[in-house]
Amino acid sequence: MEQNELRQWESRCIEEQAPWCAAACPLHVDARSLCARTAAGDWAGAWQVLLRTMPLPGVLGRICDAPCRERCKRGEAGEAIAIHLLERACVGHARPRRKPAPVPSKPQRIMVVGSGLSGLSAAGELARKGYQVTVHEPGESLAQGLREQYAAQVPDEALDLELDLLLKLKIKVETRAPVDEPGFLDRMLESCDGVFLSLDALDPEGWPLERGEDGRPVAAWPVQATAREGVFAGGLSGPDGFSPVWAAAQGRWGAASLDRWLQGVSPGAAREKDGPFETRLYISLKGVEPLPKVQPAEPEGYDDQEAIQEAGRCLQCHCLECVKVCPYLESFGAYPKKYAREIYNNQSIVMGARQANKLINSCSLCGLCETVCPEDFAMQDLCLTVRRDMVQKGKMPPSAHEFALLDMEFSLGQEFRLAKHQPGHEASAALFYPGCQLAASAPSQVRAVYGHLCASLQGGVGLMLACCGAPAFWAGQEAKLASALEAWRAGWEALGSPPLIMACSSCAEVFRRHLPEVEQRFLWEVLAETGMEIKAPANGPLAMHDPCTTRHHADIQQTVRGVVGRAGVELEELRLGRELTECCGYGGLMSTANPELAQEVITRRGGQSQRDYLAYCAVCRDRLAQVGKRALHALDLFFPVPGEEDPAARPSPGWSQRRENRARLKAELLRDLWGEEAPAMQAHRQVELLIAPEVAELMERRRILIEDIQKVIFEAEAQGNKLCHPQTGHFLASFRPYKAVFWVEYTPEGEGFRVHNAYAHRMKVKVGAKP
Amino acid sequence: MSMNTENIRPGDLEWTCCNCGRKLEPAPVVVEYLGNEFTAELPRCPSCGLVMITEELALGKMAEVEHILEDK
Repeated sequence: MEQNELRQWESRCIEEQAPWCAAACPLHVDARSLCARTAAGDWAGAWQVLLRTMPLPGVLGRICDAPCRERCKRGEAGEAIAIHLLERACVGHARPRRKPAPVPSKPQRIMVVGSGLSGLSAAGELARKGYQVTVHEPGESLAQGLREQYAAQVPDEALDLELDLLLKLKIKVETRAPVDEPGFLDRMLESCDGVFLSLDALDPEGWPLERGEDGRPVAAWPVQATAREGVFAGGLSGPDGFSPVWAAAQGRWGAASLDRWLQGVSPGAAREKDGPFETRLYISLKGVEPLPKVQPAEPEGYDDQEAIQEAGRCLQCHCLECVKVCPYLESFGAYPKKYAREIYNNQSIVMGARQANKLINSCSLCGLCETVCPEDFAMQDLCLTVRRDMVQKGKMPPSAHEFALLDMEFSLGQEFRLAKHQPGHEASAALFYPGCQLAASAPSQVRAVYGHLCASLQGGVGLMLACCGAPAFWAGQEAKLASALEAWRAGWEALGSPPLIMACSSCAEVFRRHLPEVEQRFLWEVLAETGMEIKAPANGPLAMHDPCTTRHHADIQQTVRGVVGRAGVELEELRLGRELTECCGYGGLMSTANPELAQEVITRRGGQSQRDYLAYCAVCRDRLAQVGKRALHALDLFFPVPGEEDPAARPSPGWSQRRENRARLKAELLRDLWGEEAPAMQAHRQVELLIAPEVAELMERRRILIEDIQKVIFEAEAQGNKLCHPQTGHFLASFRPYKAVFWVEYTPEGEGFRVHNAYAHRMKVKVGAKP
Repeated sequence: MSMNTENIRPGDLEWTCCNCGRKLEPAPVVVEYLGNEFTAELPRCPSCGLVMITEELALGKMAEVEHILEDK
């Protein structure tokens, strides 16, 4: 990933955009944090929030006119937060003592004329930057006008404390300054390097200011420049008339302009974020209960409890739309903008640990984030792109996807692959393509569907068993995907490129992307046409679970609902259904790369309704069953398995069984329909095993297949390379059929072998390690 | 990264090699993953060199090291 690509990704995620209140505030006071601290009763914390951005907080905090209220999102659900009253409540508490930061010293001298809010704000900013600041106040004392104007709201002690703190910054004060004398400004400019006019404390007449159409003086914000070089001014009206917070902000902006001007930098460049700006932060008000403002019992403002209550109304605006619906995004503790940065860093690492590998490989690539994101951030595109890059550079952890890729190889191999015309036909008008996992999960239904299609459709229905390459697609293994698709296409073309009847939406998605020339329709449409009878299940409405690969295919979702609903099956919609549906944890190979998370995902999914679920993807159904959720596959309604009383309770076949089911399906179909013998089983496949349920469960968890164990025992028995335990009589042997080494502890029993334990590792003992 | 004698438990050395009939003994063994080699003390047949990796080692220390190397 290049840095500009990272920037593009980052800019898509708006979570770090300013909240509406802070964006609306000329000073960008972080009212969201102020509310959070206040709601927690943390007055020192609330003070710190004000101290970060608010000049003269002991004064401004009492007289702020809070223009932020106009844009407060709470205003759309009740009334805007009374930020001005919360600020007042906060500054009523003791101001935390701060060690003054050491001030650099600059030689330039600056005159601030007038000590209104803008002048004091500018003086403080400039003194903190190290300038030699002198305030020229026409009155008898510093801030005389301010003191008189706000006597009712601002106690003398509060103002005096702020002034003391300013004077500690070595600001000099000249009172009774003859500001009205002719030539005052000229004399000032001769004796100093820059001037700031605090017009909120001066008569604006007589100063070198441009005039607006109404004849009133202007100094356009945020640069605050006057018509005279080196003279900046503030304390003029804001957009809606005079406003204390605007006056203070103009002081800050004017100080920044003076600083730039003195350093030879353009005062007007890149000032977009000074003053109110637009924010892109999105806040959903869905489910937010409207609440009115807390009314203070006393006219002067809130007491602590009232303030805490009012602050608790704050929505704490965050977007996090994707994180709210995705356990994967939630589980890594941040949000896409941060993830993009972590992934970028992961890709840029030369030496050291790549800490984002798990983040990259855990995404199910289901695309729900993009669907809910107001800016269409597609985590799946980011993760998939990076996975491909990792594979290309040889940096993909081998263990991340290997198990699924081996399963794909199995489906592409002799034991499962099949492509045939209907018996007695030389051509296929259609081709049934059930997909590998339906065959792995419910082989008898594949056979029943195929029988039905052959009997109902004209022109011959071919059958193809293979793998579409989805695991390679998800793993970012482009070369493996290309070769899987090539093999698939060869088989399809040999049958005359017939249109497909699809049972799996993941296969359908892969073909849509990579083999767009393949014409496909869903089995459900065909079943709707053939008028297949179905029996509604006894226990009530079923909760509909759409596979994530149908997210953008409302037609498929509707067809399934239609064909099932027509038979009187009542359906309940899940909160996250149709285009908002969730992945079962298999997509994107999440369950291979991060089994714990995948388990969490499907457990949560199963918890969304008490009803039995109805899925139409074999993997979704089986994963629900794995976590004990009662679930049906739509085919259970059309083609019930004879003798199966409660299909919703059918356990999910384990990894080994899924292979066994596929191999047996092919062998039986070949024998029964085409009168052909399946290729002979390899010798090791004939090793008979006895496996207790707890050992089978352990193997399942460790992803050790029966075939892996057969290989170990076959090799050990043939070569004699095994260990023996004198007390237990157990044998222990290992074999490395691919990049993993399998160990099996076993004893001969009858014609076969009892398996006591099995485990695996990937590290290899170097050969030639003989003593 | 070390995989030393702490990997060997007394019980591990009770296993005997079926081909040679000899008890396993601790010996330095070179193991390799993703091009990285380490020497570890592991139970080994003193006669034919057959090495035993215990379940504890495979799922513990070894898995940990494999993971670190995969993320390098």
